Amino acid sequence: MTALISIQGGAKRFVKGRETITIFDHLDMTIEQGDFIAIMGPSGSGKTTLLNLLGGIDRATAGSISFAGQRLDQMNEGQLSAWRAANVGFIFQFYNLMPALNAARNVELPLLLTSLGAGERKRRVETALKIVGLAERAKHFPREMSGGQQQRVAIARAIVADPRMLLCDEPTGDLDRKTADEILSMLQLLNKEMGKTIIMVTHDPEAARYASRVLHLDKGRFVEQVAA
Amino acid sequence: MRVLNQIIAVTTINLKSLPQRFWLSLSTVVAVTMVVMVLLSFLAMVAGFQRTIDGSGSDNIAILMRDGSQQELNSVVMLDQVRLVGEAPGLVRKPDGNAVMSAELYVIVDGIKRSTGLKSNLPMRGIGLDGAALRDGLAITRGRMFEPGSNEIVVGENLTREFKGFDLGSEIKLGTATWKVVGIFSMKGAVFESEIWGDVTVVQSMFRRGNSFQTIRVRLENDGAIEALRTYVENEPRLKLAVQSEKAFFAGQSSGTIRLVKGAGWPLAIAMAIGALAGALNTMYSSVATRSREIATLRCLGFGGFPSFMATLLESLVLSAIGGGLGALLTFLIFDGFSTSALGDGFTQIVFSFSLTPALVKQGITLAMLVGLIGGFFPALRAARLPIVAAYAQG
Repeated sequence: MTALISIQGGAKRFVKGRETITIFDHLDMTIEQGDFIAIMGPSGSGKTTLLNLLGGIDRATAGSISFAGQRLDQMNEGQLSAWRAANVGFIFQFYNLMPALNAARNVELPLLLTSLGAGERKRRVETALKIVGLAERAKHFPREMSGGQQQRVAIARAIVADPRMLLCDEPTGDLDRKTADEILSMLQLLNKEMGKTIIMVTHDPEAARYASRVLHLDKGRFVEQVAA
Repeated sequence: MRVLNQIIAVTTINLKSLPQRFWLSLSTVVAVTMVVMVLLSFLAMVAGFQRTIDGSGSDNIAILMRDGSQQELNSVVMLDQVRLVGEAPGLVRKPDGNAVMSAELYVIVDGIKRSTGLKSNLPMRGIGLDGAALRDGLAITRGRMFEPGSNEIVVGENLTREFKGFDLGSEIKLGTATWKVVGIFSMKGAVFESEIWGDVTVVQSMFRRGNSFQTIRVRLENDGAIEALRTYVENEPRLKLAVQSEKAFFAGQSSGTIRLVKGAGWPLAIAMAIGALAGALNTMYSSVATRSREIATLRCLGFGGFPSFMATLLESLVLSAIGGGLGALLTFLIFDGFSTSALGDGFTQIVFSFSLTPALVKQGITLAMLVGLIGGFFPALRAARLPIVAAYAQG
């Protein structure tokens, strides 16, 4: 296994009025290519902030973040956008689909950032929807689908551009147990069969059991690292 | 190409989600519609007035008034001066050798507007025997010309349409006398269609003007003949008269009114445009706020800030274009060809029709797009600079 992403001396602090709030400090972590990591911890422990840093949508106050040897902390906004488009798929708790677009158009969005032609984009969208079992719902709009189906569309959107890493923020937080298990099984499959590196923030111990490694974050520090 | 794809995608998302912001978007469209309607109705009024004035008067007809008089009303021309002008060079002459000319008297009478029932000043003109021959394009559309020496009048079509009591065959009291309407005439919408004509000698008598006139109209042999006439008048000490072509005379008569209407139209439209701009800004800021989660999601996926900027700007421009188009359409449907009257520089009513030309529509749409551009620019900047995490948290 080789390190895909590593944080050295990572710190995130906010200034609120006269007070400086430290989310975490001197944080070190390494994530291997092909890992399925669950990050758990109480509210306010910095889980989502860490996920944002790993996804290049927020910047660390100090420390370095590397992805396959590239320093994210040294990239400008444009470079980070291009890096995200090429390497990261996001899966959100509330799916974050575009209500005005049907499933296929939602899935196609990341491909608009590539140089692929319309035909190839269509083919890839069909494949991604087939992987998540929603090929027949391509023309349906988010409002016409259940929460579980919407999250599967979101997963299709996350994998359609074939990124190396998927970042999931409470991906089953809005779903019932049965649907949550289906989604988590799907993520597990993507990790095992397609080699996607998955980092998932969750409150749910049942969800964490699908990961290969669980990191517990509390008051800005990893207090425990256990193999699932 | 990739940036274009992004702009198309984000714009599509914005426009397809417009129903979610229906009432706010509609308010912007309505505000822009009103701005364009106000502007175009004023400009159409000016254009119609201008067209009426431009259609009045000829380069081959000269008007002579007392030197220094700006209006026919304050000019006085005596009979001996009329005779001297008849001997001037450069005038078209009849087989008997007399010049084609008409000494005319111009008085103001009362008329009642059909639309409001209010009194207005109307121009009554006493014309000479050649008066009709000195009006290019004149046609008696109903009835006949008045008989010289009688209390008969003919009335312009525009005036008959706008004012009561001038229907063919009716009798009407003007001044101290009662007059019979024996004919209705048209002159291709020219300013004369807002006048009442009678025999000049009768008008002189009924309005106690003795042998005085106010203007002399003569037909010139050609365009250059006006200089010969002017030289003759300047060298004849008994003729203290100013000479100008009929076309130049009408252009001068209308300039004040046109300036006034234009001067009111643009400031009013701009004041309303500022109000519409505030509405557009509010709508677009609200649009950005309600879409902040979508914008943040797209940024997470790797979309740049520029497509969000362009999409917001395009949304604003689309709303303004709809408003502008609607404004132009409604102005056309309501006002184009609408006939009304306005006070000319001669203190009498000139009847004219609103005229909405393609050039005016272009001005209206340009103003609408300007509102959209400014109203969308700052919200678009906000959309482009939205911090991803903050927007995501807002969602």
